[in-house]
Amino acid sequence: MTEIPEHLRKRAEAAREKAAQQSAAPAEEAAPAAEAAAPAGDSRIPAHLLERSKSAKSKGAATETAVATSAGGGVATAVATAAAPPTATGPGGHTQRLLTVVKAGSIQDVKSVPVDKVHTWPHLLAVEFVASLLMFAFVMIFSIFMNAPLLALANINQTPNPSKAPWYFLGLQELLTMFHPMVAGVTIPGMGIFLLILAPYIDRNPSNKPEDRKFAISLFTVQMMFWAVLVVIGSFFRGPGFNFVAPWTAGLFFEL
Amino acid sequence: MERPKKSPADRVSELVDKTQGSQAWNSIFRPGSVFRKGYTDSPRNRSYVIMNSVLYHLHPVKVKRHAVKVSYTLCLGGLSFFLFILLTVTGIFLMFFYRPTAAQAWNDIYTLQTSVTFGLLMRNMHRWAAHLMVLSVFLHMARVFYHGAYKPPREFNWVIGVILLTLTLLLSFTGYLLPWDQLALWAVTVGTNMMGYTPVFGNQVRFVLLGGKEIGTDTLLRWYVLHVLFVPFVTVIFLAIHFWRVRKDGGISGPL
Repeated sequence: MTEIPEHLRKRAEAAREKAAQQSAAPAEEAAPAAEAAAPAGDSRIPAHLLERSKSAKSKGAATETAVATSAGGGVATAVATAAAPPTATGPGGHTQRLLTVVKAGSIQDVKSVPVDKVHTWPHLLAVEFVASLLMFAFVMIFSIFMNAPLLALANINQTPNPSKAPWYFLGLQELLTMFHPMVAGVTIPGMGIFLLILAPYIDRNPSNKPEDRKFAISLFTVQMMFWAVLVVIGSFFRGPGFNFVAPWTAGLFFEL
Repeated sequence: MERPKKSPADRVSELVDKTQGSQAWNSIFRPGSVFRKGYTDSPRNRSYVIMNSVLYHLHPVKVKRHAVKVSYTLCLGGLSFFLFILLTVTGIFLMFFYRPTAAQAWNDIYTLQTSVTFGLLMRNMHRWAAHLMVLSVFLHMARVFYHGAYKPPREFNWVIGVILLTLTLLLSFTGYLLPWDQLALWAVTVGTNMMGYTPVFGNQVRFVLLGGKEIGTDTLLRWYVLHVLFVPFVTVIFLAIHFWRVRKDGGISGPL
């Protein structure tokens, strides 16, 4: 048996109660003239609707008699009234019946939600083409005006002061000033990469909405800012002997 | 009889027709290609452009509408890949003029800059594109994190992404030594000294990285091979898996 949806069942119940009240009220008030209300007492169709259909029926009968009297001229109306729906009433004088309520999902099995898609060509390819062209232009123009550094020939006996790693390792070099080299150079970056790899398996929150992932986002942001700050300090605020300097007074000790 | 004189425009269009109608042309460009004769902008042809070309290895015929928005991805992943290609091209150019020995490396770079046509520009582009690639890969990772795009079913592709990030750092760091100037030598000294503090195997790790007890010609050769062959080879394999997984996991994530 198909389950009737909750809201439809409630609506039907409310209608039934209302009909019962309406049919009960006129029965009390106009008890002697209860000719019409008597059959409506056990009917589920509201009294006013029954009355309306009754008057319509009598009107139809009237036109039929009219057609019968006017012999030739009223063919069209005769046809129209003949084509009027046959008054096939069900038990209790009902003119409509509700067969069953079927939920959409039980007959139409919708496999997947339709996705709004566009053709890769030209939409995506055009974007990619323009982006790579702009990047190429930027690298080219930058390279025309800025030369890559080429310092003096490598000399193992002459240590420059300061000696700095490439910029993306300067955060680690900065950590070297605070921790034992094994911690700063191996343990911390190793743990960092390990945790990054594990991120999808640690974060079990299924939502990708920013408002649902405040903790994950703030944790990641703090991490990124921490490294960015270390890299900036290591790049610009460390001078000879890897001591603190201010770049606006002592100048830059930084090569890319 | 005088033959009607053909205008230059007619001659050009005739030539184009002839070329596009030739067997050679049609053997190169498959049906649906924009370069084929009579290409019209229809949904069918838009599909064929992808489906009948090598691009089908990279992109599906249709993508989600939001995936095309530049504001969602900022093109960071695609630009990282583009920079990788740009680095390969400029890097191959540099290889023609470079010998990885302590006696010749610095001189080769110097000669490249001073007496090779476009040598300086190519070296600059290689250098700046390398720094940019490290940056764009980092930003790509941050973008993916903030969109929660590492969540199921994309967990493993995130893992591959982190591996690609470390490979990018390795590519950049191995390239750092090759100019054999003071900057290269001492940046690598700092870096490898840090690795030397690996627990238990510290000295062995350092020995393998340097190809000896100290940085010298052997180190240069070793890092050269790593830089131009080994790490790019591994990177290309992981890139292939990365791109393939993007499609297999249902295209790019989102919308939020």
